Amino acid sequence: MSTILIIEQVLNGLQFGVMLFLMAAGLTLIFGVMGLINLAHGSLYMVGAFAAAAVAGLTGSFFLGLVAALAAAALAGAVIEIAVIRRLYDAPHLDQVLATFALILIFSEGTRWLFGSFPLFLDIPDALSGPVTLPGGIEYPLYRLALICIGLAVALGLWGLIERTRIGVQIRAGENDREMIAALGIDISKLYTLVFALGAALAGLAGALVGAIQSVQVGMGEPVLILAFVVIVIGGIGSIRGAFIGALLVGLTDTLAGVFLPELFKLFMETGAAQKSGSALASMGIYILMGLVLIWRPTGLFGARA
Amino acid sequence: MKKLLMAAATAALCATPAMAEVKVGMITTLSGGGAGLGIDVRDGFMLAIEQSGRDDIEVVIEDDQRKPDIAVQLSDKMIQSERVDVMTGIIWSNLAMAVVPSAVNQGVFYLSPNAGPSPLAGKGCHENYFNVAWQNDNLHEAAGAYANSAGYENSFILAPNYPAGTDALTGYKRFFEGDLAGEVYTKLGQTDYAAEIAQIRASDADSVFFFLPGGMGISFLKQYADSGVDLPVVGPAFSFDQGILQAVGDAALGVVNTSQWNKDIENAANAAFVESFQAEYDRLPSLYASQGFDTANLLLSALEKADPADADAFREALRAADFESTRGDFAFGPNHHPVQTIYAREVIKEGDVFTNKIIGPALEGHSDAYAAECKM
Repeated sequence: MSTILIIEQVLNGLQFGVMLFLMAAGLTLIFGVMGLINLAHGSLYMVGAFAAAAVAGLTGSFFLGLVAALAAAALAGAVIEIAVIRRLYDAPHLDQVLATFALILIFSEGTRWLFGSFPLFLDIPDALSGPVTLPGGIEYPLYRLALICIGLAVALGLWGLIERTRIGVQIRAGENDREMIAALGIDISKLYTLVFALGAALAGLAGALVGAIQSVQVGMGEPVLILAFVVIVIGGIGSIRGAFIGALLVGLTDTLAGVFLPELFKLFMETGAAQKSGSALASMGIYILMGLVLIWRPTGLFGARA
Repeated sequence: MKKLLMAAATAALCATPAMAEVKVGMITTLSGGGAGLGIDVRDGFMLAIEQSGRDDIEVVIEDDQRKPDIAVQLSDKMIQSERVDVMTGIIWSNLAMAVVPSAVNQGVFYLSPNAGPSPLAGKGCHENYFNVAWQNDNLHEAAGAYANSAGYENSFILAPNYPAGTDALTGYKRFFEGDLAGEVYTKLGQTDYAAEIAQIRASDADSVFFFLPGGMGISFLKQYADSGVDLPVVGPAFSFDQGILQAVGDAALGVVNTSQWNKDIENAANAAFVESFQAEYDRLPSLYASQGFDTANLLLSALEKADPADADAFREALRAADFESTRGDFAFGPNHHPVQTIYAREVIKEGDVFTNKIIGPALEGHSDAYAAECKM
């Protein structure tokens, strides 16, 4: 196995990781600030992808599609926060899970009703299509490099927002003590809607960006949602920094285990069986990682609360 | 007088079931991710029923949501309370394995419009089970045969790690005579193939075979086209059907895939089917739609000859397969699976629409590898 292949796989893992971060950041913010388990986060990812595909299909511009994805997901997020989620903050987690699961079904069938049962088309913009040659002779798709850059830029922006702005202070205060910041005269319900819409917009952005290299179809959000939950459990619930580190860990573990475990098994098994058992073990990789992290730090890497 | 009325009423009550109404139960996937396939099968099936002009056939349609437990519940309901004579519709092999064996053992006929798992073709075959589509391995075997004729000598092959994926690679290897540059099992439902594409790039393969149905195939093809790897790709029709080609776009152009049906197979039944399907539903039919259409026509042809209540006569009528198939000649082998020609076809663009064009037959008069194990 050559160095070039290893570097390429590390880039792949990194790209997967930063996209997971966009999903996990919203999920962990919403849980951290409002204490809400939002299963419908995957649906917002789907909303972003469908909005991007529809608008890009109509206008021919991928950039407008991205704008539409952000807007549609943020709007959908704000609407469900005001209409449904707001009633659930004081409810037990089981009620929240039930209600947001219902939202998944409503979003899925609603999207099917609007767009039909067949997958939609969303393509990479021409300017970003095709491979580029990196130093060292590595051929790598330009679009995936762009995804890594966008993901890192969003992570940086989010860090700035939380650490350096007034809204960030309010969000952090909301995580620590809800009653207290309400008592200080901050409109907590407006803050909640804002945080929810922000999380939704990030999910929608991820859906649109990833939709261009995958298939835009109903139910595309749920597999990503499961991974995003793994990420925030590893990173520590409520921590943006934890979500970032966790996402990169999950992305790299998943990609590298899928490539190297079968190779490892080939050393002492015949090829077909090594492939099957290697890839079976690789798909457990991130859950094993989660288990190990939780044994070591039961609140996750950066989690404050138990 | 009263007694007479009673007698008349009783007679009327008894007469209703004797009117030989046939009840068909269709369990298929109409919601969630895989709904496109079930909708095509249903639409093809109902088109044929409608064209027959018969109003004594009642079709009960239920959505299995692609979940085996729901499919089993629906099947129990259809057999025990709806009392259907014939069942059909299931798309996925794992659902078929959960439903079909128990249904046919309760005396119901099952006509499969899609799934063809190997146990039902071999040791687990049953006299009341007929497959109108293919045995699962068939299209992959044809892909292997095509790869030989195209002169490929070193293939990189990949499929998801689940029973149908294993069958796919086994089917390809059964016919492909060259070497394997790599053999990879991906996760079921995986959407990112960057790691696999990097392995393909690093290997010394001269061709790629993949079986990644539905959304998995869309993702793979888009990413493959963007990666700059330009080895020829071959696969079964499941990633190139009419429903998903539009979502793949240019990335699929020129790719060779294998199918038992295409819209340009020349026969009167097929031409009429393609035209009437487009007129009725305003879209091009897929291979799934053709399978639904053929299944209904097989059923109709058997109903012309016998009543399902007379199981032996009805079974003989089905076995004769005396109907105009959209595929041209159609016959059942000894295990009630099709013996048919499987074509290699190429993805082309007709105006704005992506579709397939037949290149030529990949396997002619092809049966399946399990027929010999079937004892019925």
